Amino acid sequence: MKVIIGLIAVSVLFLAGYGLSGAAPYLFGVIIPYAAFALFLAGFVYRVLAWAKVPVPFRITTTCGGHKTHDWLPRSKYDNPSNAVETFIRMLLEVLCFRSLLKNTKTQPGDDNKPVYATEIFLWLGAIVFHYSMLVVLLRHIRLFVQPTPAFVTMIERADGFFQVGVPVFYLTSFGLIAGLVYLLARRLFNPQVRYISLLNDYFPLFLLLGIGISGFWLRYISKADVIAIKELATGLVTFTPSAAILSSISPLFFGHLFLVCVLLMYFPFSKLMHIAGVFLSPTRNMANNNRAVRHINPWNYPVKLHTYEEYEEEFGELMKAVGLPVEKE
Amino acid sequence: MNDKWKIILGLVVFLAAVTFPVWRGAIAGAGEPPELQLPEGKTKCIESKEFMIDNHMNMLDEWRNMLVREDIHEYTSKEYGDTYEISLNKTCLNCHKKTEFCDKCHAYADVEPYCWDCHYDPKGD
Repeated sequence: MKVIIGLIAVSVLFLAGYGLSGAAPYLFGVIIPYAAFALFLAGFVYRVLAWAKVPVPFRITTTCGGHKTHDWLPRSKYDNPSNAVETFIRMLLEVLCFRSLLKNTKTQPGDDNKPVYATEIFLWLGAIVFHYSMLVVLLRHIRLFVQPTPAFVTMIERADGFFQVGVPVFYLTSFGLIAGLVYLLARRLFNPQVRYISLLNDYFPLFLLLGIGISGFWLRYISKADVIAIKELATGLVTFTPSAAILSSISPLFFGHLFLVCVLLMYFPFSKLMHIAGVFLSPTRNMANNNRAVRHINPWNYPVKLHTYEEYEEEFGELMKAVGLPVEKE
Repeated sequence: MNDKWKIILGLVVFLAAVTFPVWRGAIAGAGEPPELQLPEGKTKCIESKEFMIDNHMNMLDEWRNMLVREDIHEYTSKEYGDTYEISLNKTCLNCHKKTEFCDKCHAYADVEPYCWDCHYDPKGD
């Protein structure tokens, strides 16, 4: 049911962009993209600043290796970092290589029905293929927004289309993006344990990204659109001088694609996709495990007003002497 | 420990990256869309203008396969019914000048067709 709702929602959104853009091209080509991008930026900043306010008084480093003790005891530097440099490397491995996903295991009944744990590498592989393809696809889109196109974008395009298959040249990441998403979706659908914990807010972004990927694929390879007009629109949008005249020469399929992208931008700050920022704030990953090596003082400890015994005796010494209580000072 | 400044620094870097086309556009401008030099004395291309804009690359690919692999030397326009000899130099480049036509849009859209790995521009310098 959750799957069907996600699929229907994305289909309806695509058809809205595809079908209604002809009636209101300025709305779908200019107003909604601006609104979506503004909401994306504001929502993103709001979410991250809200996270930044959360106090992390104690280091909750979960580690998978020995921590720093004696010099002669083996330790695991990048699983259990003891200083900022090692922590930085652990974060690099996490952010760039998705190291935590490599720790994914599957449990299967072995001999005597005892559980046997095995590495399950495909989640990591699917995630790597999808995320890096997505990054390259996003960077490639810069060619439509910036004139003249920066040299690094051209270099990425050359590398991506290295095999020069077909016309227009087939990009490896066009395949990687969709294949990665299809795998990640299939995993949710066909792995009973993962399916049990999957929610609409897992399926919806997957279908949304698939919708964007497939409509983009379709635009490039199957039903072509006027790229020059699209670039004119895009460069106009980013310089706040959008031209309404060219909207009519762009195919409805492009507006379907664009509208899904706008929905993604609007949905992004309120969704699980915020893990793009969240991964940097993982408290179990981004802090050195020096709980015992360094004294950590609770940052919101208020100054406690102390009343020492010396002060007490100074205040009440005479009275104490008068009733015969022993005092330290004469 | 107060890490707020690190988070805000990261956020600023992210915002600068995602708004790259905006501030780059503010510095360098939107850029002018290409103005093509159309062949003089001609009223139509092989197919309709809209079809050629969107699908010329597919037509060239198709022509290459027809000529090189299937030994077909003639193409009949679906739109107008005229017959053309399949040849880049004798049809396309007979009317259009590469530097004033092909290159303009390809440079604007950052497309690098590999036609010119083998072919040359007969009207070129």
